[in-house]
Amino acid sequence: MPAPIIKVDAISKSFGAFKVLDGLSMQVMPGEKLALIGPSGSGKTTILRILMTLEKIDGGHIQVDGEQLYHLERNGQLLPADERHLARMRQKIGMVFQLFNLFPHKCVMDNVTLAPMLTKGVARAAAEKRAMELLDMVGLADKAKAMPAQLSGGQKQRVAIARALALSPKIMLFDEVTSALDPELVEEVLNVMRKLAAETDMTMLLVTHEMGFAHDFADRVLFFDRGRIVEEGKPDEIFRHPKQERTQSFLKKIIAAGHRV
Amino acid sequence: MTQWSGYLGLILQGALVTIELTLMGSVLALIMAFLAGMGRVSRFFIIRALATTYIEFFRGTSIFVQLFWAYFVLPFAGLSLTPLQAGVLALGLNVGAYAAEVVRGAILSVGREQYEACTALNLGRWQGMRHVILPQALLVMLPTFGNNAIELLKATSVVSLISLADLTFQAQVVRSQTGSTLMPFLSVLVIYFALALVISWGIRTLERRMARGLDGVRV
Repeated sequence: MPAPIIKVDAISKSFGAFKVLDGLSMQVMPGEKLALIGPSGSGKTTILRILMTLEKIDGGHIQVDGEQLYHLERNGQLLPADERHLARMRQKIGMVFQLFNLFPHKCVMDNVTLAPMLTKGVARAAAEKRAMELLDMVGLADKAKAMPAQLSGGQKQRVAIARALALSPKIMLFDEVTSALDPELVEEVLNVMRKLAAETDMTMLLVTHEMGFAHDFADRVLFFDRGRIVEEGKPDEIFRHPKQERTQSFLKKIIAAGHRV
Repeated sequence: MTQWSGYLGLILQGALVTIELTLMGSVLALIMAFLAGMGRVSRFFIIRALATTYIEFFRGTSIFVQLFWAYFVLPFAGLSLTPLQAGVLALGLNVGAYAAEVVRGAILSVGREQYEACTALNLGRWQGMRHVILPQALLVMLPTFGNNAIELLKATSVVSLISLADLTFQAQVVRSQTGSTLMPFLSVLVIYFALALVISWGIRTLERRMARGLDGVRV
């Protein structure tokens, strides 16, 4: 059995008096597709942001690809990681945001090529060739010269996915990537993610409220509540036969709100 | 009438000095604004402290006094400046202090999500600043930079006090030589105003050009 690519061990995190993660532990295997579901404020987005080093942790440890994320191992001791270590660890991880976070002053092509050229020293020609392949993959090859403001939400999100992929991360984090989209634009983004899951062996973590998609997409579903994982299992187990009462009531509410499961 | 055209020549010479001071002062102010403005958001306490000290000092003391220091006091420290050098130094440092706060505010006005995108794409602090944050912040700075430049243009008149023959100085000269008060003062009024208009127009053009594409309409 291969070693997990992500090992989260007893992570705690508070925003002021609000304890958003309460000794959270989880493991993710290489290539696994994981769906994180649960009510808002349950900590699912926070753990994604922590993995991307966008939030600091209050306690606990995280291992990514066999290395400590927030700590340096020196003479058997764990010391807080410096910026250089974090930068090295970030190469393994990419993230797509709910609100796309494209660079509005740069065209689609430049959005995708900026980071590979700056952080990996890729030459412009090579970066643009790779960017065209990725834009083609997300169905936006004809928009390479467009500015973000000229794109629809669904197109922006597909550019954001291409931009994150351009750095070839081992792990991709998707934070409610369809929540800000008009309903008719959701499917085009989900299609790109299906394609990605089918064609690559990337590890993917997905925070979502699209239960139908989570069901089809994920190998495993984690149900978060109050900073802990209350229940986890195969999509069928969680969605059809949830054991925990809190999972049941959450899913009932979601179905009542009109989501397909 | 021919005599008056000679005096007008004097005033135009003064205008050239004023333009020269404005341009050179603006360049120094711009450099100081970015140094101190970015210093204010530095990770390092000592840089923040230096930038804050500079800004507070030059905003908190009069430009007259700063100019007198540059011209009359610095020679005692072994640094003798020409009137033009002293003028550029005082104007640039003074207006730069105001503009530094503009730079700082504009940097902070760029949304947190842009900084987070930089982190997620593993850009270094400086790389993100240079390629993502500053280009967007620049657009926010421009209108206020226009104000600062016009302030600087008008403040150049203080150099007449250290006998630099700028627009205001020449107006006084013409007035004392001709005994006419209205004509010289009316001419300098019109010239200052025209110069300020040129600055406004230049900044607006720059703004339009830089905003191109950002709203998805004009490309």
